[in-house]
Amino acid sequence: MEQYPRQYLYLRTVRAKLFIDANFASDIDLDKIADEACFSKFHFVRLFKSIYGKTPHQYLTHVRIERAKEYLADGQTVAYACFKVGFDSISSFTGLFKRRTGLTPRQYQLEQLNFKESVAAKPLHHIPGCFAEKKGWKKNSNFREVQSIDVNSEAENNESL
Amino acid sequence: MITKMNHVSIFVLDQTSAHDFYVNKLGFKVNTDAEMGPGKRWLTVNPPDQPDLEITLMLVDDGMMFNKESAQKMRDLVKNGTFGFGVFQCDDLRATYEEMKAKGVEFTKPPTEEFYGYEALFKDDSGNWFSLGQKK
Repeated sequence: MEQYPRQYLYLRTVRAKLFIDANFASDIDLDKIADEACFSKFHFVRLFKSIYGKTPHQYLTHVRIERAKEYLADGQTVAYACFKVGFDSISSFTGLFKRRTGLTPRQYQLEQLNFKESVAAKPLHHIPGCFAEKKGWKKNSNFREVQSIDVNSEAENNESL
Repeated sequence: MITKMNHVSIFVLDQTSAHDFYVNKLGFKVNTDAEMGPGKRWLTVNPPDQPDLEITLMLVDDGMMFNKESAQKMRDLVKNGTFGFGVFQCDDLRATYEEMKAKGVEFTKPPTEEFYGYEALFKDDSGNWFSLGQKK
């Protein structure tokens, strides 16, 4: 390792991390990454862990689980999320997901979909009151300006008459 | 007794572009993305290890917190790099700097050793600047 300047090793390790970010769904061979980074697997894993706090394998799993969360939050099936991020067994994916997040993929999905539904149905519940109050949204939850709402309110009042 | 800050605003010129910058280049997570009328969103993001801090990507627009004249002034100020809205922290500044540079983030100061730690400065897609630090 000493033959390379430290800056070079940093760059190679960052590139390896970016490679995992871009190719996590493929069958990534971490030994091959070390080879491509041009230094021994031992030094590569050590430097990677010192920078990112995880071994390359742990980091790859982390990226896959995080991406799976996004698919689940978008309403995709558990099987879709599992295979799409590069896992090949639903049961091992489900077990790993639960160990990492404390929830099964389906429980996580329901939680996220409920949250999104709540944001869409009652956006003001997710916006600090000060912003809403300032613009009059608290009274008129459709986000129109107070002035235009007053006009609409008048129209509504006229209709009701 | 105040215990913590849970919302802070960054004024941006375009929320779609800001979403791309903060999520895809900085690695932040979207917390809330709510429609607020035509072309406007209540968009908040969390730094990866700080799920209880929502950074609101607040559009500078005369329908939001500004009137038409002050919105234009604010847009010019943001674009010209007037505001530094905060300091972000990372565990390894050199690696974070290399990664962000590879993703096209513009730095105005490379990682430098200061008496208070290591620091770099970068700009977001609107023109806001931030310090990025690593403790010694």
